[in-house]
Amino acid sequence: MSAPQPLPTLEITALEKRFGDTQVLRSIDLKVANGELVFVIGPSGSGKSTMLRCCNRLEEPTSGAIHVNGKPMLGITRRDLDRMRLQVGMVFQGFFLYPHLSVLKNVTLAQRKALKRPAAEADARALEMLDKVGLKHKASAMPGELSGGQQQRVAIARALALDPKVMLFDEPTSALDPELVGSVLKVMRDLREGGMTMIVVSHEMQFAREAADRVVFMDGGVIVEQGTPSEIFGNPRSERLRAFLSRVSGEAA
Amino acid sequence: MDFGNVFLNPDIIATYMPQMIRAVWVTIWISVLVVISGLALGAFLAGLRAYQKRWLAWPIVLFADLMRALPPLVLMLILFFGLPSLGVILSDWFVLYLVLTLVLAAFVEEIFWATLTSLPRGQWEAGAATGLSFNQVLVNVIFPQAVRTNIPQLVNRSLTISKMTAYGSVIGVKEIVSVAGSAQAFSGSATPLTMAAIAYLIIFFPAMLLSRYVENRFQYDH
Amino acid sequence: MDTIINAFFNIDIMRQAAPLLLKGAWVTLQLCAVVIVLGISGGLTLGLLASSKNAAVRLPAFLFIDFFRAIPPLILLILIYAGLPFIGIRVPPFVAVCIAFLLNNSAYFAEIFRSGIKSVSRGQTEAARASGLSPAQTQAFVILPQAVRNVLPDLLSNVVEIVKLTSIASVVSLTELLYSANMARAVTYNSSPLVMAALMYLVVLWPLVRVISRFQRGLSISS
Repeated sequence: MSAPQPLPTLEITALEKRFGDTQVLRSIDLKVANGELVFVIGPSGSGKSTMLRCCNRLEEPTSGAIHVNGKPMLGITRRDLDRMRLQVGMVFQGFFLYPHLSVLKNVTLAQRKALKRPAAEADARALEMLDKVGLKHKASAMPGELSGGQQQRVAIARALALDPKVMLFDEPTSALDPELVGSVLKVMRDLREGGMTMIVVSHEMQFAREAADRVVFMDGGVIVEQGTPSEIFGNPRSERLRAFLSRVSGEAA
Repeated sequence: MDFGNVFLNPDIIATYMPQMIRAVWVTIWISVLVVISGLALGAFLAGLRAYQKRWLAWPIVLFADLMRALPPLVLMLILFFGLPSLGVILSDWFVLYLVLTLVLAAFVEEIFWATLTSLPRGQWEAGAATGLSFNQVLVNVIFPQAVRTNIPQLVNRSLTISKMTAYGSVIGVKEIVSVAGSAQAFSGSATPLTMAAIAYLIIFFPAMLLSRYVENRFQYDH
Repeated sequence: MDTIINAFFNIDIMRQAAPLLLKGAWVTLQLCAVVIVLGISGGLTLGLLASSKNAAVRLPAFLFIDFFRAIPPLILLILIYAGLPFIGIRVPPFVAVCIAFLLNNSAYFAEIFRSGIKSVSRGQTEAARASGLSPAQTQAFVILPQAVRNVLPDLLSNVVEIVKLTSIASVVSLTELLYSANMARAVTYNSSPLVMAALMYLVVLWPLVRVISRFQRGLSISS
C-alpha cells in the first residue's frame, strides 16, 4: 500500500453549473478510479444528468475542473476537446443512432472520421463490438428496423468502438419497454466484468445493488451521500436519501 | 381554317426542327448548371448559417429573403440592363444562369435550414460525444438527413426554377421560347409555339412523374 | 459609389417614373386579385377531383395537373396571346394572362389541396360518415378545413409565387409593374425604375416571405 495513489480515470473538482439564475450543480467533487462502476441516483432535477453531460462538455460547466486520466477537459481548444471526447464514451437515454446510416456505419463513422482508422480496421472493430453487444447479425440493418433495446446496444457499441477510457450512461434504459431493459443491463454488466470504468445515471436500483462499486446520491445539485451499495441502500444516513429510497421502493411496489 | 395546319404545320416543323433541338439543349444545359450550383450554394449557405455567428447569419437571411421575395425577371432585367452602366457586361446566358442559381440557392438554404434546426438535438450531441468535430457532424450526420427528408421539396423547387429558363427569352438567350418566338414571327405561323410547348412537355413531363414517384417513395421515411 | 447610386438609386429618375410605376402597380394588384381567386377556385376543384376514389375522375385530373405543371407559364401565355389570333380569337393581354394563369395556377393549387386532403387521416372521413354526414358535407365541414390548415404555408408560398409570376405579363405588353418600370428604364436609359419596381415588390412580398419562413420552422419542429 506504499505505492503512490493511482491517477483517477475521471476526476471532477469543484464543478459548478448555473443556468441563468438557477444553480444546477454546486461544488461537485467526484473521483472515479480505473475499472470502477459509479452509480448515480437521485430525484429528477437533482442535477445528475447535467453532471454527466458536463463530463464531456455537452453541457458547459460554469466553473470547476474535469480531468480524464489527468488531462483537462476544460480550457482546451475545440480540436483538443474533440480528441478528449474520444476518451469519454456516452450513451443517451434517447439512443440517437443516425437514422440514415446502417448499424455498421453508425459504429464506424467516428472511427473513420475522428480516429482516422482505415476502413477495414474500423469495420473489423465495429463487428467485434457489435458481437460483444450481441448484434453482429444486425450489422447491415437500418436503425429504424431495430427495437429500442437493440438500438441502445448499438449505441453502446458505437461508443465502445472508440476505445474510451470511461463510459457515461445517461438513463440508458429509461426510454425502453420493460421487457427490453434486461438485454441492455446485461451488456453493461459484461462491460463491467471486462474492467470498463463507468458512470451510470439510472433508476435501476436492482442493478445498482448488484453491479455498482459505489453509489452516489445527488439532490438539489449537490452530492448528499456516497458509499457502497450496501451502505447506501442498507444504511442510509441522511434524511433526504431515506425519503428518496422509500419513494422509489414505493413506486416499484 | 384548319386547326392542325395552324398549330402543327409539318413543313414549318421540318424547317425549324434543327433550331428547336439546339434550343432544347441550351435549356437543358442551363437548367442542369442551375440545379447543380443552386443546390450546392444553398446547402453551403445553410451550413454556414449553422455556425450561429450573427455576422454570418444576418447576410444569409437577407439574401434568402430578397431572392425569394423578388420576381426573378426583375432581377434579370436589373443585372442585364443595369450592370453595363457600371462597366460590367455579363452575357445573356450568364445573367439567366446567375439569377436562377441565386434564387434556387435561396430556397434551398431555407429548406435545409428548417431541417437543420428541427433535427433532434441528440443527433448533434451523439456526434459530438463520439469526438466528431462540428464540421464532421454537419457533413456526415446532419446534412444527409436533411437531404433525405427534403428530397421531394428539393426536386420540386429545382423543376420550378428550371422552367424559369424560359425567362431567358426576355434578354435574348437562345433557349426554347426565344427561338420559338422569332420563328413564329418569321414564319407567320403558330406552329413554332406549339413546338416549344411540346419540347417542354418532353423535358418536364417525365420530370413531373419522377417527382411524384420521389414524393411517394420518401413520404413515410424519417 | 456615386456611379452605383446614379445607375440604380437615382432619386430624380425615380421621382419622374413614380406615376407610371404606381399605375403599373395598380394593374399588378388587380391582376393578382383576379388570378389568385381564379387559381384557388380552379385548384380546389381539381384537387378534389384528383382526390377522388374513382380512377376515371382521378386520372384525367392528374394528367391536367402534370401537363400544366410541366409547361412554363411564359410559353403558355405566349401561346394563348400570340397563338389564338391564328384561329381568329383575339384576346386582350389581361384576359390572355388570366387564362394562362388559370391553367397554370390551378394545377399548382390543386397539387397543394390534394396533398392537404391526403394528410387528413382516413379515420376523419369514417367518423364523419358514421355520424350521418353526407360525402359532400364530410368534405366541406370535416376534411377540407383540416386539409387547408395543414397546407396553409404551402398555399401562402404559392400566393407569393403567383404575385412574382405576374411580372411575366410584361412579355405580352400588359402595362403592369414590371412593364411600366422597363418602359421607364428604356426612356431614361437608367435602371433606377427597375430598382424601384423591385422595392415595390419587396414591400408587399418580404413580410410574406418572413411569415413563410416562420411557418416552415414551426412546422418542422412540431412534426
